[in-house]
Parts: sequence; C-alpha cells; structure tokens
Amino acid sequence: MQAKVKVQRYDPEKSAEITFQDYEVEVPNHFTVLDTLVKIREEVDPSLALRCSCRAAICGSCAMRVDDQARLACNTRLASVVEDGGEVKIEPMGNQNVVKDLVVDLKLFWDKVRDIEPYLQPDVVPEEEFIASNESMLNLLTPMGCIMCGACVSDCTALEVDKSFIGPAALAKTYRFVADPRDDKTDHRLGKMNSAGGVWDCTRCYMCVEVCPKGVAPMDRIMQMRDSLMESGVTNTSGARHVKSFEHSVSNSGWLDETMLAVDSWGKFNLPKLVGNLPLAFRVLRRGKFPLPAPFHHKVPGNKNIKRIFERISNAKH
Amino acid sequence: MADHDVLVLGAGLAGMRAAISAHRAGANVAMISKVHPVRSHSNAAQGGINAALRGTDDSVDSHVFDTVKGSDYLGDQDAIEYMCIEAPAEIISLEHMGVIFSRDEEGRLGTRAFGGASSARTFFVADITGQAILHVMYEQIIKAGVSSYEEWFVTELIIEDGQCRGVIAIEMLSGETRAITAKAVIIAAGGVGRAFEPSTNALICTGDGLALAYRAGATLLDMEMIQYHPTTLAGNGVLLSEAARGEGAYLLNSKGERFMEHYAPKMKELASRDVVSRSEATEIEEGRGVDGCVFLDIRHLGREAILTKLGYIHEVARDYAGVDVINEPVPIRPGQHYIMGGIKTDVDTRAWDVTGTAGWGGPTGLFAAGETACVSVHGGNRLGANSLLETVVFGKRAGEVATEYARSISDFKISESHLKDAKKRMKAVADRKDNGLMTAAMRLEMGQTMNEHLAVFRNEEGMQSALAEIRAIKERYSTLPIHHKGSIYNTDLIFHTELGYMLDVAETIAASGLLRKESRGAHFRKDIPDRNDEEWLKHTTARLVNGVLEVGTLPVTMTRWEPQARVY
Repeated sequence: MQAKVKVQRYDPEKSAEITFQDYEVEVPNHFTVLDTLVKIREEVDPSLALRCSCRAAICGSCAMRVDDQARLACNTRLASVVEDGGEVKIEPMGNQNVVKDLVVDLKLFWDKVRDIEPYLQPDVVPEEEFIASNESMLNLLTPMGCIMCGACVSDCTALEVDKSFIGPAALAKTYRFVADPRDDKTDHRLGKMNSAGGVWDCTRCYMCVEVCPKGVAPMDRIMQMRDSLMESGVTNTSGARHVKSFEHSVSNSGWLDETMLAVDSWGKFNLPKLVGNLPLAFRVLRRGKFPLPAPFHHKVPGNKNIKRIFERISNAKH
Repeated sequence: MADHDVLVLGAGLAGMRAAISAHRAGANVAMISKVHPVRSHSNAAQGGINAALRGTDDSVDSHVFDTVKGSDYLGDQDAIEYMCIEAPAEIISLEHMGVIFSRDEEGRLGTRAFGGASSARTFFVADITGQAILHVMYEQIIKAGVSSYEEWFVTELIIEDGQCRGVIAIEMLSGETRAITAKAVIIAAGGVGRAFEPSTNALICTGDGLALAYRAGATLLDMEMIQYHPTTLAGNGVLLSEAARGEGAYLLNSKGERFMEHYAPKMKELASRDVVSRSEATEIEEGRGVDGCVFLDIRHLGREAILTKLGYIHEVARDYAGVDVINEPVPIRPGQHYIMGGIKTDVDTRAWDVTGTAGWGGPTGLFAAGETACVSVHGGNRLGANSLLETVVFGKRAGEVATEYARSISDFKISESHLKDAKKRMKAVADRKDNGLMTAAMRLEMGQTMNEHLAVFRNEEGMQSALAEIRAIKERYSTLPIHHKGSIYNTDLIFHTELGYMLDVAETIAASGLLRKESRGAHFRKDIPDRNDEEWLKHTTARLVNGVLEVGTLPVTMTRWEPQARVY
C-alpha cells in the first residue's frame, strides 16, 4: 500500500520552529506504523529521531500521536489508520516537552510516578512468601500490565490544563498498591490520593481508557479508589461531596439539582467560596440560566422508579 | 577521584539487581543505560523463573541435573550448583519486593511445567513474568534512590594498565561525550540478537557489552551456542512463550501430527529448546511444514485459561499474525532468541582470572552478569526460565563482589588522553565522506547471513562462508559514514556504532562455530552430527590478541555429573 506520512519535525540545533515533513512510502500491507517509520529512518532520512525497541507492545518505548491520538506505533497497523493512497499524521506525545522529532522528555511522567511511593511497603515481612490468594494476584494483573508508555498521560485532558494533577499513570500505579494485600500503606496512599491533584481532579473524559494499549483503564482504577475512599467514610473533599449531592438530588427528585450540586461541592458553610462565586451566580441569573434550587427544584413524574433503581443497585452491591 | 565505586553498564534485570546489591553493600553505585531501565529487553521475557523451592518431588539436585543435562554437559557444574542453591532465596526475595507471582490454592507460590524440567518448578506471572519482575525491580531502584545515567550510550571501556577504570559515553540528549570513571565496572548489557535476522530480540539488543569487553581484552566463551527458540512468529519474529507448552500446548506439522512424539518420546513438546527447534526444522525441511512453519495449538486449553495465563500470547498472535489462538493454531518456526555464550566470568562474576593460572584473561575490575556473561550455567543450551534466574542470582553476586573489589583498591585519576583520543576517533568517523553505504542495509546483510549459516543446522561450508561474509562487511564498515551530523539524540550515530559491535561479535560466533568440531547443544553440524565427549567436552574461547581474533578452548568444570546420552 501507499501512504503519505506527515511527521512532526523539531531539531533545536537547527531551529526553534516545529514543522511537518511529508514522506511518501510504499510498504507491505501488514506493516505497522513503527515498521513504516523505521523504514523511513533506515532508507530515506537517518535524521528522524524516535524511540522504539521491542516491536511487540511490551517495552513501552514507541508511544506517539497518530492522527491526534496516542498509541503504540508498534501495534498500530498502518492499514488501520490510513487507506491506500491516504495520509496519516504522526506527532510526539502530548503534555511533555519535545526533545527532538518524536522523542519527548518524559520527566513529567516519571516525576508523577516517583511521587506516589511506587514500591511495596509491608509492615511485617514473613520468612517465606506472603500468603495471598491467586484471585488477589490476578486482580493486580491489570494495573501491573502497565508498560509505562505514557499514552494516557499524553492524552489526559485534565493534565493539559493542570500540570499538578497526579495523572492517570501514577494513579493507576497507586491502585496497584492499594489493591495489593501485602501492602500496608493503603490509608496513607488513599489519603494522598484524596488531596489536591488526586483522584478527584480526574474529569472522567475517558481518554486514558481509550488510548491505553494494555487495557489498564486508568480511569476505572481512579474510580475504584474514589469508591474505596467514600466507602471508608473519607468524604470531606469537594469531590466526595459532589458525588453525594449528585446521588441525593437524582435519587430524590429524579434529576440533578445543579445549584445545590455547586453549593454542596464547595461546602454549604464555605462562606468565602460561596461569596466568591456570587458574581458568577449573577451572570448566570442575568442570562436566564439559573437552575432553581430546592424548594423550587421539583420532582419529576415517576421519580419513585428512579429511587427504586438506586435501592436495587445499593442492595446488589452489598 | 573516581566518579563511582561501581558502575553498572545496562539497567535490565541483572543490571538493576546488581545496582541494588551494590547499594545495599554501601557502594557509591550508578547504572548507565542507553534506554530507560524499564525499556530493557528483560521486559520481554514471558514464561517464568525456575527454583526448587519446595515440594516432595523436587530438589535443588534435580534442578542442577536438569540444567546440566539441558546444557548438553557443557555447563560448569560448580556455577550451576551455585545458581540452583541460591534460587529459592531469590524467588522469595522477589516476592517480598512485590512481584505478583501466581499462587496455588493455599495462597503459596504456584508453579507451571517448563521445558527440560523433570519437575514443575517455574514460578510465573501469567505470560509476562519478565515485565512483572523488571518493573518491580525498578520500583526498588526508586525506593533505594540509586542514580542512573539514562540514555547514555557507552562507546568504550577505559582500560589503564590492564585495569578497567570506567567508560567513555555519549549523553544522547545533548550529544556530549564524557568519561565516567569507576573502580569496578559490571557489564549487564544483554545479548546480541540483532546480529541475526529475524530475532525475537528488541532493536536495542546489539551486543554492546560483549563487544566492549572483547575489545578491552576479555575472553568470550562458547559464542557458537546460539539459542533458536522453537515458537517464534513468522512475520516479525516475535516470541510466543514456552509457557504455552508448559500449560499443555501441542506442536503440529502440516498433517496435524504431534511430531514431538517421535523426537522426544518422554518430554515431547517440553524437551529442551535445541531438541524442539531441530525437530521443527527437520519437519519443515522434509516437507511437513506450511510456508516454512509448523503450528502451535492451544485451542484445547480453553478460553478462560488462555486469557488468564497466556493473555500476552493471545494479544501478540492477534496483533501480529492475525490469528485468534482460542480458535486456531498459529504458525510458528524456530527463531534466534538468546546466546548461551558471552563474556567469560568465574562463579563470582569476575571477567578476569583471579588465580592467574587458569589460562584466560580479561581486564581486572571488570565484571559481568546476565545474558551478557557466560559463567557458564547454560553450556550448550539454556532451559527456559533459567535466564530470569541467572539475571537475579548473578546480578546480586556481581553487586556484592564488585563492591568488595572497589573497597580493596585505591582511588585513582585517569589520563586525559582517553577522552581526547576517543573524541578524535569519533570525529574521524563523523568526517567520512558519503559513499553510498547505508547502515541498515549492512545490518540486514549480516543478519541474513547469520540466520542462514549459524542457525539450527550448520556445516563447515556454511560457517566458512558466513565468516568470510562478516569479514567482508567489516571491511566495508570501516568506510561507512554517519549520515546525520547533528548532536541532539542522533540515532544514526548510535546505529552506526551498534553495527560495529554486532560485526565484532558475529565474527566470534562464526569462528567459534568452525572451531567446535562436534555437535553439542544448540551447535548442530550436519557434517559432524555426533557429540564427541573425548575430544570436545570443552568450552571454546574467542579473544583479541594484538588486535586479531584468536580462538582456543578451556576445560569444563565437572563436580558430580558425568556426561550421559541426552534423550528427552
């Protein structure tokens, strides 16, 4: 098949500008994006810089953006992203500084991972192995399957606007320890995750789940930790209050009371926050978009059925 | 003043284990690697790690014997004993670090069967054991705070008065060349799979450590012993783990027959890898293959077992061969995978002869561990799941012994000429004029030659032609220019240097193959198909003497086991 491969180029030695270079290629149909880039590098342009190693989706080196989505170049068939004669765009991963061409500085990624104390911390170490069920070890296979490729961090929309967010990779790694029966720092870890930049800063955009090449589904791991926090009664965060308010208004009235959602999340008695948001409230009111809070927030017809759904789910869980 | 007590070249499993061990012993240690530690090829190991941990029908002696027999009696039995004795403690140590090993019904560590093993003693994490252990090892590196030179590419070992003093390396991010000095250097830089095409190995497996040691005067041992793994994919050569066979997979020819019943009546698919690879190659040669392949069939294992225990194999077969192994057999063939040979070391990982009388040499202060080294624990053929074991056992030992050595010698300062001369040499290469030669094309030529003449079946004529071909490519290599002249992350320069490493090592492989006039382990000669214990129960050596390759032999250390006929 034939394709035009548009690759982002950047060489700080030459120029501070970022450009795109087009390569016209003719490759076998089974070629992956990596095979194609390597062929370009070997036969056409030895200056093209990219990281790659195993070619089998296990080393995590070759994550890059293909048509605006982060993926591993080595397990992306060229034919799956471009038709015969078509065009495909290749860029380095997002949210990181570019060193050269498709090579990024993964400092942000590794700093976040290091910050969460990513090593087993048992209180007491037995003589022989820890006794643990096979189920508990199998449960860890998913987060342990993370190959640290950076795709999730590249496309995380929260990280795009807030670099203080711990990020999907480090959060998924935290879950790996929280869920490990041999680790004794669960409360400490969850406590850290409960604070600024932690689990509550995830906007649930689902990008990390979509781009992860190993099925780690970081967002799902983040949600599992949110569940753990709430179930253990740690609810003094705006995130937890947000969840509770949501549940409360939907289960009672059948739909979301947006104004109370905001007030509950900030904290009913959080005067500075409430007063600080008055200008916003007035602007919304002026535009006629102010959702009336209780007692004006009416119940929808059939809201009793919605309440029953909530009860059924609660009972099924416990 | 030396920059470090211990410098570890390579940050895979053996390298990181050595660094942790040296750190715990109080050394000022640093790792230096051309890739981030978790990108090291250890992550591709799939099947598991061996140990005679417990069990009524297993024992350390049984593990030792299986390994000795597996090596076709070329392994040094004192080294094998050491490895198998240390194995149980290392497994527990790994589990304590946090590795998520599979468990039995009582919650204790569980095992699977594996090739050449008379007892199921392979501890595993699904079929991603290498990745699972490597990542946990990196977690321990973070915990210990061991420093590393990440994405630094080593171009030379610094040798002064026969002592290894450190390395010359390029910082890939900036292109700057520096000398990093250390009282002891541990090489743990893996194998040289990319000298063959295809190979299961990653693109980074270019024999750097082997060539650096060789060029510095170290002795390479048993270089002809190249393991061809029985189950590699036809397309990109990627590995399908022995774990499949460990879980009960069948190997079928074009007639749907389980042909291993003829070649290895007792162990069948779980015979040693060289036996299985030869059997497959024979079936294919005799017309019972399809498109140069035979088939791996795991349908009978069932969907549940496949997705839980062999999930990565399922992924790889789907993504690279378009086959759903739950429903179809997948075509496979033998492919280059591992080198049993390597930098000769004693059981304490020293790459020089401490006694001074054993007839082999190397720079003092140089150590080696992992696939790079040849102690020798694998002799003529490696058993599956013994490689992961080798990395942690000898990685740990190297860290300890290197630290001890570093303490025993006085501090030093090296001459500035090392760095100056190195830079001059690099400039001379960078100044070469364009002459049409391309690095990748030359690597491919070498790879195809090696895969044709130094694979599963060899003969005199083939190996001679391979040696001649390699030497011809080396001649051309001496004029090969570097096309990209930039400083920042110049991979063209890296590949150029790596090709040089691979050519040097390939030459020793071909020469050693010609030297060994018998068939043993993975070295099977159609012109001399029998094992000759009387004349050839010895190691082959390859060494640079005054800049010229010289081959020789060294005795095998035998403690308790005399060679027997090797039947599976």
